[in-house]
Amino acid sequence: MNQRAGKSIILAILVIAVVIPLVVTNKYYMNILIMSGIWSIVALSLNLILGYTGQVNLAHGAFFGIGAYASALMMLKLNMNFWLALPLAAAIAGFFGFLIGLPALRTRGSYFAIGTLCFNIIVTLIVDRWEGLTEGARGLMGIPGPSAIPLPWGGEIAFKTMAAQYYLVIGFLFLTIFVLRRIMQSLVGRTFRAIRGNEELAEALGIHAMRTKLLSFTVSCFFAGVGGALYASYIGFLSPEITDYHVSFDALIYVMIGGVGTIVGPIIGTLLFVTIPETLHVAAEFRLLLYGLILIVMIIYLPRGIVGWVKDLRGRKTKQEVSWKQ
Amino acid sequence: MVLFFQQLINGIMLGAAYSLVALGLTLIYGILHIPNFAHGHKYMWAAFTSLFLVVNFHTNYWVSLFIAMVVLGLVGAGVERLVYRPLRNVPHINSFIAAIGLLLALESLSLIFWGADFRRFPTLYDNPIHIFGIAITLQRLLVIVAAAVFIILLQVFIKRTWLGATIEAVAQNPEGAQLVGISIDRVSSLTFGIGTALAAAAATLIAPIFLVYPTMGGMPNLKAFVVIIIGGMGSIPGAVIGGLMLGLIEALGGGYISTDYKDLFAFGALVTFLTLRPMGLFGKGVR
Amino acid sequence: MEAMMTIQGLTRFFGGLAAVMDLSLEVQSGEILSLIGPNGAGKTTVFNLITGTLLPTRGRVLFQDHEITGSRPHETTVRGIARTFQTTSLFDDETVLDNLIVSHRCRTRMGLWDALLQTGRSREDERRCREKAEEILNFTGLRERASELARNIPQESQKRLAIALALVTEPKLLLLDEPMGGLTEEENIGMMDLIRKVRTRGISILLIEHKMKVVMNISDRIVVLNYGQKIAEGAPQEVGRNAEVIEAYLGAGYAKT
Repeated sequence: MNQRAGKSIILAILVIAVVIPLVVTNKYYMNILIMSGIWSIVALSLNLILGYTGQVNLAHGAFFGIGAYASALMMLKLNMNFWLALPLAAAIAGFFGFLIGLPALRTRGSYFAIGTLCFNIIVTLIVDRWEGLTEGARGLMGIPGPSAIPLPWGGEIAFKTMAAQYYLVIGFLFLTIFVLRRIMQSLVGRTFRAIRGNEELAEALGIHAMRTKLLSFTVSCFFAGVGGALYASYIGFLSPEITDYHVSFDALIYVMIGGVGTIVGPIIGTLLFVTIPETLHVAAEFRLLLYGLILIVMIIYLPRGIVGWVKDLRGRKTKQEVSWKQ
Repeated sequence: MVLFFQQLINGIMLGAAYSLVALGLTLIYGILHIPNFAHGHKYMWAAFTSLFLVVNFHTNYWVSLFIAMVVLGLVGAGVERLVYRPLRNVPHINSFIAAIGLLLALESLSLIFWGADFRRFPTLYDNPIHIFGIAITLQRLLVIVAAAVFIILLQVFIKRTWLGATIEAVAQNPEGAQLVGISIDRVSSLTFGIGTALAAAAATLIAPIFLVYPTMGGMPNLKAFVVIIIGGMGSIPGAVIGGLMLGLIEALGGGYISTDYKDLFAFGALVTFLTLRPMGLFGKGVR
Repeated sequence: MEAMMTIQGLTRFFGGLAAVMDLSLEVQSGEILSLIGPNGAGKTTVFNLITGTLLPTRGRVLFQDHEITGSRPHETTVRGIARTFQTTSLFDDETVLDNLIVSHRCRTRMGLWDALLQTGRSREDERRCREKAEEILNFTGLRERASELARNIPQESQKRLAIALALVTEPKLLLLDEPMGGLTEEENIGMMDLIRKVRTRGISILLIEHKMKVVMNISDRIVVLNYGQKIAEGAPQEVGRNAEVIEAYLGAGYAKT
């Protein structure tokens, strides 16, 4: 019964997501939806290494930024097409994830968190100072969006309108969700959860902890890169701030408040935190204060986030979303 | 040659400051077993507190340092009681998140109260003195001396007083300590208070040399983490030596190689240590 | 019977203290060998040295004639040595069945691409994991608990589950660290039956246990450690009469000369 309810909710969300641009035409709201979509991809990817594999990665913003800058630079300086630049940029982000993961994942817990945080700082510093490559603090401008896709029967799909851009982002979001779900429902996903649940036991059962964590980290960074590349083309402008560790903190907040270790949680968290500031017209400092306080209160009283709280209310212990098909 | 000595003194001064901040952090880690990400922001609040006292009430510099230490010490103890204690028995990631929340709250409060401007901390010790042909302000020397005093006081406190012994006991074996009647709650609050007070001292000592502004805590925070990883989390001698090492690396690296990338040295050192010797100089190994 | 595992001169120092000193022993294929000794005698340390959780200061460990000294824990498991822990170690937030399914992972080969593309290999691996999990579920008598969370099942079931997890990795040698810890007399008997059942599958067993009745009852041979050194070895009756052993446990004055 629970299965079917879950599936119909997902279906409903899918339908709503597809239909929305036909209903909402206000540019302001469309922008919020598009940004939510992009940040959802980032939050979901963080959830993979954090929620499912249990490693507190504080460098996610750096990989988001690497994806964004890689994509932008390839399009601007190598005249590359968006459709080629995006996957390449994501691969570059994933590759850096692999490189950083090699030393970083040999540490655990607090050490890993600090190490990744410091790595994030290093990336921001380099992006800021290496003006020859990144234009430094001046930023990159005029980043092109996706080029039109010609259709076999004449005409083309262009990405000039908000609605089109929305569908682009949602398309990638669905792709991300699809891939992550496939992974988590497989034996590979079970292995990630084993590392998170009890790493020592997992090793005693013959699981290669380092390889598993590295895989999870690399995939996580790959999708952060996807988000970054989408961001770069949507906004059209980049500056070193988007690699900053505050981005990492933001992603962390979205995941934890929404509900770590679930698919829906990070999306809800993102929606909340992207839409609320737009409706709360107060100064940035007060918003920041609110975030901080909410975070503290939630982590003490509702550590599994909103989704976890809802699940508890419905009388079930929160289990991971995996089911073997009977 | 002069440049070398100049940077050497700078390095020692920076190192002294880093050590103080890191000491607080390492003490807290020894008890709590989580790194307190919000440490740097309490440091920032201490600087603002003493600045406020000195500018608005013309309090004596040393008195305001003392008051800042007390105030922030109480804040630290309060934070332990309200935020970290409820999270003592749950996975560590929850405490990280709480610390991040705290960090955001402290930073925004500072922006709200003080505004984003950079402020100068007026001091009496601005005049340079000349040693061996190098000009160095008295303030910088004071940082070194005061830091040394605090470190010695801390060491005496830990090793020679009963309260200090309880801190060591809880750090080494919380259950055993409880069995002999030591209150973990009290010790945790005390340790947090002392750790924060040390950071407050560091902040007030350093503030006249650099500027005071709401985001000033970010870098020292991270550098303090670098220090305790280099020195070994939970190790007091590690914090001192690690701090000195970092200060020297930064000053000499910044002076001789590049000021633009000088912050990178700290983090480069961190990455090196994490890769080669994650437990730090004085931490315990695993296998 | 050839030796399944041989330990030669195994030594481990912690600082100046020798937790294990110059230990040599063999586990024969198909036997139940018990490792006993007073608290702190170094028994769990021996397990850790075998599985690679700790590195020996000196000495060698050979498994089926291959040198495995200093291998990492997951490597020794892949080779065929599985273990349980003194403090029961499980995946607390997973169901009993899910615990068992993931434990078979080391015998599967699928990777990320197999998962994404749902290749034949991934379907095959996942099927085999489930089958193995079901098989061991029945073997260890945990069928009724299959969909309960590991943290919620009673102590005895948790101990069984720990053994079940080890069995799912298809070991040839099983290291059991106090599997009867905290169990009642009745539960002991059930556990002993399970251990004997495991032996009938051809798995050799190295057992650490404090309960003397159990040890005497179930062991083919016993090795006694005290202060990290072997002080006796042999069939249960011999060891039970050994003066040094009695002295180690009860103190001088109890040993009959």
